[in-house]
Amino acid sequence: MSTADTSTDELTAEAERVLRICTACMYCDGLCPVFPAIDDKHEFRLSDLNYLSNLCHNCRGCWYACQYAPPHPFAVNLPATLAAVRRRSYADHLWPPVLGRAFGSPVTGIAAIVSLIVLATLAFVLLSSPPAALFGADDSEGAFYRVLPWSIMAGAAGASLLWAVACIGLATLRFWRTMAPDVPRGALLRALAPALRDIVTLRHLGGGGPGCNDVGERTSHHRRLFHHVMVAGFAGTALSTVSAAIYHHALGVAAPYPLASLPVLLGLVGGVVMLAGIAGLLWIEHRADTEPSDRTEVALNVTFLILLGLVTLSGLAVLAFRETPAMGLLLAGHLGLVFGFFVVLPFSKAVHAPFRAAALLRAAAEKAAAGARSKRDRG
Amino acid sequence: MSSTWDVVVIGGGLAGLCAAIAARRAGVSVRLLECAPSAFRGGNARHARNFRVVHEAPTRYVPDAYQAREFLDDLARVTQGDSNPCLAQRLVAESETIAAWLMANGVPLQQPNVGVVPYSRRTVFPLGGGKAMINALYSTATDIGVAISTDSEARLSRQSSNGNWSIDLTTATSSPSSIDARTIVVCAGGAGADPAWLRSHYGDAADGFMVRGTPYANGRMLADLIAAGAGTVGDPTICHMVAVDARGPRFDGGIVTRITAIPYGMVVDGSARRIDATGAGAEPTHYARWGPRIAACAGQTAYLILDADGLQRAAPQAFPPISGATIADLAEALGLDPATLAQSVNAFNAALPAGAHPIASATFAAYPMRPGVTFVHHGVAVDDHMRIVWADDRRNDTLFAAGMIMAANVIGRGYLAGLGLTLAAVFGRLAGTEAARHVHG
Repeated sequence: MSTADTSTDELTAEAERVLRICTACMYCDGLCPVFPAIDDKHEFRLSDLNYLSNLCHNCRGCWYACQYAPPHPFAVNLPATLAAVRRRSYADHLWPPVLGRAFGSPVTGIAAIVSLIVLATLAFVLLSSPPAALFGADDSEGAFYRVLPWSIMAGAAGASLLWAVACIGLATLRFWRTMAPDVPRGALLRALAPALRDIVTLRHLGGGGPGCNDVGERTSHHRRLFHHVMVAGFAGTALSTVSAAIYHHALGVAAPYPLASLPVLLGLVGGVVMLAGIAGLLWIEHRADTEPSDRTEVALNVTFLILLGLVTLSGLAVLAFRETPAMGLLLAGHLGLVFGFFVVLPFSKAVHAPFRAAALLRAAAEKAAAGARSKRDRG
Repeated sequence: MSSTWDVVVIGGGLAGLCAAIAARRAGVSVRLLECAPSAFRGGNARHARNFRVVHEAPTRYVPDAYQAREFLDDLARVTQGDSNPCLAQRLVAESETIAAWLMANGVPLQQPNVGVVPYSRRTVFPLGGGKAMINALYSTATDIGVAISTDSEARLSRQSSNGNWSIDLTTATSSPSSIDARTIVVCAGGAGADPAWLRSHYGDAADGFMVRGTPYANGRMLADLIAAGAGTVGDPTICHMVAVDARGPRFDGGIVTRITAIPYGMVVDGSARRIDATGAGAEPTHYARWGPRIAACAGQTAYLILDADGLQRAAPQAFPPISGATIADLAEALGLDPATLAQSVNAFNAALPAGAHPIASATFAAYPMRPGVTFVHHGVAVDDHMRIVWADDRRNDTLFAAGMIMAANVIGRGYLAGLGLTLAAVFGRLAGTEAARHVHG
């Protein structure tokens, strides 16, 4: 843990050096909230750096606008520097701390754990179900639970989800404690609505109006759009699960459900929409200028997107082939991916959502506390 | 490239971009030659923040109003009349439409209620600063078909019998070549970034100067034009210089190395004795007074001494201050004589100048300073069509100039915030329009 405010490691020193130049310049103050947050600051504690790095939406507008970007001798690369600090902030606040190491090499850790869980699920299904049940074409009511009994399916999904929520919740709480703003409770309450708006709309992926530098020097709104599309799709599949639970428990009807039912329609539309968003985000990652990026953060993004894509694709495959003998193994594979996805969630890119939400809440709270600030004339 | 270009713009800073875009939009073929590599393209606009515009009423991007009369008065005040009235009026009048024109050409502007820009009824801020504006204009110029070459140094060679110009081109990647142009717009900037040129006008002291802007304002085009007989305006021995951090780079330090905290402390030279810049005080004009004062110091170096209170009052700087628990510690860290520095501090505290704060509370801090050249008040003479005026008052309908290479026509001395960008954009647009008009006949 390095939450002490006196850390003098290389990354912290570089972040301080760069931010010092940024505060002296401030030409980017209209691009995003990071710059107003450093206005007039003479020094940066580690908690400030963690806050600022999560306030940064990695829109990279400041990289292209920067008069001090390399090959200038000042070699200012704020997006890459903050990305590295941000990744470290995930690792530093994760509990148990040993999991934080996964943020150092995300591909290996996540791929290994998810593969293991998928294989274990497949092995369990192969060993526990009679081949006739597993490989006979069966889409009658309760067919899924003849592949994997409901109690095991719901138990494994519930436990892995609970693990993910608990870990991420705890990490977020630890993060908030280190960087919570020193403002009255009233300001924090007044900040809730504007912070929520910033979180939901991804306003700061707008580069102050013209959009972000998604892939290069020209601005676009593509990343913001694809992120919205992906989240909307995800919401659709989540609603599908909720509606399925209602069908199961309230209406007493067991899956699989007919194509025209709410769970299937929500899952189908949500899945396809989510895949479109994922594809768009991967396309941007693929084309993006790598200089203002932190390579490991890119790996974190891509791993997460591919994993989420696999979960979605496997779910759609179960739907497409549920009347065929392939259903049993496809379902087992899909469930394994879902369990694995939840297990690795705490050390995946997913952490950015609550951390950035916390940073946006602090920014909004400080703004609310400052009220109408008087603008100092710089002459 | 064997074809003849209608307009060749030499210099890819703000003036050059505006000239190229205006000419291209008028329907002629345009080639833009920028001597800097693409990472450093854009001249000194890369380091600029805002531009001064006339507006009768508040707009989305600038509050209140700034009348043409006020702009002309401000200009007359700082230049003490050393300004061509006809060009000044043209500049002021056309500043009223330049913000909308830049926006129409892809430049996003910053609304006053966004971010933390200081209140300004006189100036408009491009969103993200000068380099973001330059990037947007390069994109637009490319999109509308301006042929752009960076890393391409142009030298004017000759005018052939048919009136066309031949330009010698040296690029980083290919062998020297020559291109033909019906008209030329020279937007190559001033000469302030050439160490040899500075030495020839400022003596050995020039080796101690920093250049705040691009190293590519090397003055070669200016020298070519003067050698060819162009008339000059201004005075090469008058430049605008301010105090900058001595630890910054020799070139291109831009805004962040400027030392802003001088009014909160006291200044000593290399012998640790206090120096003063007469009448500098705390007004914004103190910047321009301190530059020449530091240039006059031995080694062109001086030190700003602050105490903890002064440091707290100061705006953040690019470099952390050098600090010491006591004045003696600070002197040692700076390589100054501790006894002399203590004496200077005591004398300063004993007889505080009006408005000054005593240097009393530890920790003590210092910034080493050098003079940083912003621009030189010297360039080629132009008429109100942006045509270069020759020393014998002849002018040539095919040779235009805009931007800092002709800024001294309007600002023969002094400094006005936000003037440089307005001047480059307005006169660049005008020169491009005039060149295209000449091509159309």
